[in-house]
Amino acid sequence: MNMIEAIRDAMDIMLAQDNNVVVFGEDVGYFGGVFRCTAGLQAKHGKHRVFDTPINESGIVGVAIGMGAYGLRPCVEIQFADYVYPAYDQIASEAARLRHRSNGQFYAPLVIRMPTGGGIFGGQTHSQSPEALFTHVSGLKTVVPSNPYDAKGLLISSIEDDDPVIFLEPKRLYNGPFDGHHERPSIPWSKHPLGEVPEHHYHVPLGEAAVRRQGSAVTILAYGTMVYVAEAAVAETGIDAEIIDLRTLLPLDMATIETSVKKTGRCMVIHEATLTSGFGAELCALVQESCFYHLEAPIERVTGWDTPYPHALEWEYFPGPARVGSALKRMMEA
Amino acid sequence: MLKKWQKKDLLKAYRTMREIREFEERVHIEFAAGGIPGFVHLYAGEEACATGVCMHLKANDKIASTHRGHGHCIAKGVDINGMMAEIYGKKTGTCGGKGGSMHIADLDKGMMGANGIVGAGPPLICGAGLAAKTKGSGGVGVAFFGDGGSNQGTVFEAMNLSMAWQLPCVFVVENNGFAESTSPKYTAPGVTNLSDRAKGVGMPGVTVDGFDFFAVHEAAGEMIDRARKGQGPSLLEVKFTRYFGHFEGDAMTYRPKDEVKKIRQTVDCLLQFRNKVTSAGMVTDAELDAVDREVKALVEESVVQAKAAPNPPLSDLLTDVYVSY
Ligand SMILES: Cc1ncc(C[n+]2csc(CCOP(=O)(O)OP(=O)(O)O)c2C)c(N)n1
Ligand SMILES: [Mg+2]
Repeated sequence: MNMIEAIRDAMDIMLAQDNNVVVFGEDVGYFGGVFRCTAGLQAKHGKHRVFDTPINESGIVGVAIGMGAYGLRPCVEIQFADYVYPAYDQIASEAARLRHRSNGQFYAPLVIRMPTGGGIFGGQTHSQSPEALFTHVSGLKTVVPSNPYDAKGLLISSIEDDDPVIFLEPKRLYNGPFDGHHERPSIPWSKHPLGEVPEHHYHVPLGEAAVRRQGSAVTILAYGTMVYVAEAAVAETGIDAEIIDLRTLLPLDMATIETSVKKTGRCMVIHEATLTSGFGAELCALVQESCFYHLEAPIERVTGWDTPYPHALEWEYFPGPARVGSALKRMMEA
Repeated sequence: MLKKWQKKDLLKAYRTMREIREFEERVHIEFAAGGIPGFVHLYAGEEACATGVCMHLKANDKIASTHRGHGHCIAKGVDINGMMAEIYGKKTGTCGGKGGSMHIADLDKGMMGANGIVGAGPPLICGAGLAAKTKGSGGVGVAFFGDGGSNQGTVFEAMNLSMAWQLPCVFVVENNGFAESTSPKYTAPGVTNLSDRAKGVGMPGVTVDGFDFFAVHEAAGEMIDRARKGQGPSLLEVKFTRYFGHFEGDAMTYRPKDEVKKIRQTVDCLLQFRNKVTSAGMVTDAELDAVDREVKALVEESVVQAKAAPNPPLSDLLTDVYVSY
């Protein structure tokens, strides 16, 4: 399965298993979603379970919160993560805080799926990686799968979770593992082991990272597309790095990170999002708090530049394997 | 109806519509050929709206556009060479290649920008209107948005704000029957016409046939005139269809196959315009054909220039985020 099919499969299974699950968003019902993630679901599960909305992101999220508060489990789509800002008030002020301000009386289980990230010439309004805007708000869980197997298992876990979950789907990974080498033909998921997805219901639990490559020289913390960029950089530099795919940013699997960094003594954090106040900053802080006496070099970050995502110069903006590779070399000399 | 028109204005209107059509048809071809990066939404079929509205606008009037913005840009006088280069992501583009098709802007021309965010323009144009009012500089603001965009909270809010402050603004909802694949019949079932929503805030609202240039021109003229005289904002709904997919590459599975073909052959705005002005004896076919040829050459030149233009240098990557660092 590719990642689109895996995500669709998770929603299909949950719609069949739990009558409280509903799926909606812009062009999600009749059309099946602009990335096809909901194709066929309305025909199969009915118009009251899978439906279209007006272009109205604040409404989509606000309605999902209200439905969630009264027992349903909405899994809504924001067509691109870049369109989430009109809904940000409902996410930050309502979804994230209901439980706290009502002293635990009520909460809203909901999942907000959104395609994220660049590499598709989307320019500044179709390429952003806004994960830090969600991890910064207490009360939200934030998930970023990097492959079809995880996407399905994580989405099932997210829909079953009682807390609001922001589910960011790296759109450049929908059809295959993209490592930043845009000049090469892309590999489909059918040729990758993590494209093998069981038909049945299964979980990938929230809060568990995956070690994608064992290594001894340096730990690379990555998520989404950057997992494959890290793999390419490691292959090209020959540096024996351990690559950790965080999978969920919040809750964060600090145990796996700590064990690895204490072993390697070096840590690099990479993400597509802008540098300043990015999630990488939080990771750096946590790693130095727990691993300071094991570190042999300063923690490095390789990220998008502190600018909007440009239309031209896309590959100069994207933190590809060349940038990650040279940072790796620099770190090993430190 | 044609009596009050001068020949030169008719030729100007035709030329603008033709420029938009030619530009879009050409971008369609070039996109399919693979030379254009990014997302492109074409305005072909809707030319009478941008042209009919913007013909009333002066240099210090402002417009805010949408993701489908090429037509608004051309009608407001943005240079097509700069536009084409912008779409190609070149240094010589209107925005140095930073914005692309969805963000072409030219402030000197009163064009506040195409916009990748649906519903973003109307509040901005309220600001342009209030700036003009505050500074006493004159000028009106026109916000274009789609039937889909009309459902965004920002659009309702902007319409209400413009009434609260009696802003010199006109809201133009371009109803092409679809927001991507979704029809306003589904998303706005409570109104026959989207212009009925004007009642909700107490401003005048009118719906016109968007294939009829003269109908758009007349209705827009009254509204812009009102705004200019300080009599407040209004809402114009322009109804038509788009000729191409939502974006270039859209297979349009949600539309009947021959729909567009039939419209192109019957009510197309350029076709209707030509028939009206030639049968009234005001302009000849030969004169319009000459415009067609000139425009074709201009657009051809814009593509040649854009392809040959340099990419932005690496040093452009980190610029224009702040005014001062
Ligand atoms: C805030 C936001 N939500 C969703 C989108 C995705 N989107 C782009 S265009 C579009 C449809 C717009 O329809 P309409 O306003 O009718 O304009 P048209 O494309 O028909 O000209 C959608 C949903 C977006 N760009 N921004
Ligand atoms: Mg529309």
